[in-house]
Amino acid sequence: MSTLLLSLKIEFSGGLELLFSNQRSHRVQIPSIVPIDNSTSPSAAVPASDISMDLPTSPQSTDTGKTKAADITYLMYYLRDHLLKERVELFMEGGTVRPGILVLINDTDWELEGEGEYILKDRDEVVFISTLHGG
Amino acid sequence: MPPRNCALCANARAMLKRPKTGQQICRGCFFYVFETEVHNTITEAKLFKPGDKVAIGASGGKDSTVLAHVMKTLNERYQYGLDLFLLSIDEGITGYRDDSLETVKRNQQQYDIPLKILSYDELYGWTMDAIVSQVGKKNNCTFCGVFRRQALDRGAATLGVDHIVTGHNADDIAETVLMNIMRGDIARLGRCTLICTQGEDTIKRSKPFKYAYEKEIVMYAYFKKLDYFSTECIYSPDAYRGHARVFLKDLEAARPSAIIDIIHSGEAFEVREEVKATQKVQQTCQRCGYMSSNELCKACTLLEGLERGMANSAITDRARKKLDAEGPAPDNLRTIPFYRAPSAAGPNASIAVEAPS
Repeated sequence: MSTLLLSLKIEFSGGLELLFSNQRSHRVQIPSIVPIDNSTSPSAAVPASDISMDLPTSPQSTDTGKTKAADITYLMYYLRDHLLKERVELFMEGGTVRPGILVLINDTDWELEGEGEYILKDRDEVVFISTLHGG
Repeated sequence: MPPRNCALCANARAMLKRPKTGQQICRGCFFYVFETEVHNTITEAKLFKPGDKVAIGASGGKDSTVLAHVMKTLNERYQYGLDLFLLSIDEGITGYRDDSLETVKRNQQQYDIPLKILSYDELYGWTMDAIVSQVGKKNNCTFCGVFRRQALDRGAATLGVDHIVTGHNADDIAETVLMNIMRGDIARLGRCTLICTQGEDTIKRSKPFKYAYEKEIVMYAYFKKLDYFSTECIYSPDAYRGHARVFLKDLEAARPSAIIDIIHSGEAFEVREEVKATQKVQQTCQRCGYMSSNELCKACTLLEGLERGMANSAITDRARKKLDAEGPAPDNLRTIPFYRAPSAAGPNASIAVEAPS
């Protein structure tokens, strides 16, 4: 892995931004290798200065130490644990986004990209749009 | 997953998967099929004729914003010859409707369509904020629903329009089918999938997005960068509809065609004549002239309750009896201005309520 941190642009709209401090656009950095159980303890998202090549096997990883390449599912947990301000049930349900929330990866419907299993790349743009708010 | 090419043009990269068909298509083809399907819905149902004046019920939300954009596009592309208007109702909900009305005002500029805003305050003398302060959050949706329906008709009458189109989409209609089944409301089940309804004294109403999935409407708004407003009403939303909606979204996640299939089921029900007949004969409200199934229309009944400080009188039988026991309405009671239907009272006035054969 040449990149250890992925810089991502995240956008929330359609009313979903209300759960994220009423801010539509966010920039986050997440590790390119993450625990397979999606745990996002602060140690998993180390500041850039602390990054070293042994991150995947660092002792703070999960007990089993199993890792995977960062995917959209991990990103959802990360956003839930670090950016979401209220009412988690309106964002995630059963390990994925709540039905009725659309996800676009670089402007493409995530259903064409493997949904939660899409492996994130540096500078990806991910948009979450709620369709559940009034029309 | 390797990028795939569009299933329709085979040239551009697919950007979205259509929930209705599972097809993977590119942005350009998506705009084209979405707009063309709405056009087909309009022409197959013969919704309009050249010269019609049509008001778009505009809330500033995603559905009506996309509807305004698509109506304008199709009117130009296929030369429908329609005179379009935006019609917005200001319910008087601080922090909710006042913000969304700003969106509608921008839409007026962006689409160059004239806008009429009619407020509950000017029509009924009550804002929703004032109503909620009197009735609380429990039954306020009843007031809002009844008042909005009549306000749209009255706004349309002021504009002299023949027809109101609303942004109700396939998801909304499937939800209503489910709700009518769960409530055992078979008469409504028989009507709720109609694309166009017309009351004797009311203006035609139709739903050009009847077969348009919410997902596609939102994608359309996103790809076209349309300016819309999204927030939940600050007063309690319709809880029963909320359950139907969550259920429907779960079904859609498992099988995307569920929405169109439920609409199809709703359309295929044949409601027995005896069941249809349980609808009361329509008459004209004695106080305000609006169509009604009783001597007083629902809006006048609700308004009288508010004015006399017994807001629940139109909601529970017990409160109604209490109101009646206090005698007739005082002469100086605030009433809704008398309603004059624009042209419905003309040659075609005898059309049966909500039953365009």
